Amino acid sequence: MPDTAIASRGYANPDVLVSTEWVAAHLNNPSIRLVESNEDTLLYPSGHIPGAVHVDWTTDLNDPLRRDYITREGFRALMSRIGATRDTTVVFYGDKNNWWACYAFWVFQLFGHANAKIMDGGRLKWEKEGRPMTREVPSLAPAEYEAPERNDAPVRVFREQVLKHAETKGQLVDVRSPEEYSGTRMHMPDYPNEGALRGGHIPGAKSVPWAKAANPEDGTFRPAAELEALYLQTNGLDKDKPTIAYCRIGERSSHTWFALKYLLGFKNVKNYDGSWTEWGNSVGLPIEK
Amino acid sequence: MAVPQKLQAVLDLFATFSDPADRTSLLLSYADQFKEVPREVATRPFGQEHLVPHCESEAYVWALRQPDGTLKLHFAVENPSGVSARALGAILDRSLSGLPPEQIAEVTPDIVEQIFRQNISMGKGMGLMSMVQAVRSLANAART
Repeated sequence: MPDTAIASRGYANPDVLVSTEWVAAHLNNPSIRLVESNEDTLLYPSGHIPGAVHVDWTTDLNDPLRRDYITREGFRALMSRIGATRDTTVVFYGDKNNWWACYAFWVFQLFGHANAKIMDGGRLKWEKEGRPMTREVPSLAPAEYEAPERNDAPVRVFREQVLKHAETKGQLVDVRSPEEYSGTRMHMPDYPNEGALRGGHIPGAKSVPWAKAANPEDGTFRPAAELEALYLQTNGLDKDKPTIAYCRIGERSSHTWFALKYLLGFKNVKNYDGSWTEWGNSVGLPIEK
Repeated sequence: MAVPQKLQAVLDLFATFSDPADRTSLLLSYADQFKEVPREVATRPFGQEHLVPHCESEAYVWALRQPDGTLKLHFAVENPSGVSARALGAILDRSLSGLPPEQIAEVTPDIVEQIFRQNISMGKGMGLMSMVQAVRSLANAART
């Protein structure tokens, strides 16, 4: 069933985004698994879309010891828990304009689970539309999931790669707040300071705060024409040039990564999850203010 | 000054639960008991002077002086995802309403960490502590 609410927006890859109407029409489809990912851990237990499972960005997606993501075995166990096979269509949604849903989507791409979508508008839109919510946690039979080895290269970059990219004047997008970009603050407005010794941005990075890609009233992504005006016309980014997005730990930039890669069709865009908590604390790396 | 008795009882109750799932259930039970500010006290659009700063849940707070000199707290939470704000509002109302402003003004934002523990994350904690601070400010203003 074509998703007419999304199809009219002019996106390069409209199939990765589905509307709340589409999700409502597919609630009982066993080949679709709804996954809620939030910053606020109370939200899922307080009520979620019927049939949705919870994936926590800290405990489910990150390695418990090292600063890294789960391994192949961890992903296999996660997918088994949420009853998903390689053929399952995973639809992510969550709080804060789908900020964390996009982060989970991105981590799933480290394992090549391309059969994935984002529900446009996330929790906020679903709730505002008065659609059904439940506290019932679905009971799912464990699935057999053949997980490949994690392959970071297609969607993730590391510090040394970013340094080379910056030195060759590569395209960088800093999606943090203007205050973080300018170095006048080292954390998000209204958030605690979680530690960076230096403020500023990676040399050459353009400042495009992540939330500009979303409509504030319902958390939906802006249509392609508005995204093009924001990223291409106003900030001079080129779809054809390799692009790296970053923020503080790589979660806000997952949202921008999603918008650039799928909605605008950037050919080569990656997320630097080390982001400012690594760059701003590393000895000797270049910084601009 | 000591934490008011009813609030201390709530903190003690949370302290007895070590299982995160139990603490989550307890928080949700408080959120379910949340009662929005009654129409006779305030109607939408709420005055911006009642808006809690830095709170993503768009929480509002009122402290009404009662004939006996105590305060009655009221809250509104406009963001439908403001479950934590509703839980904290219910806790503050149930444990502090009916106390004199001098006692309420002594409550400090560190109770947020004791109540929410692993359920506190990044931006949410700042907003919740700001709710407590807003209550303190209103209580201080009401002191005779």
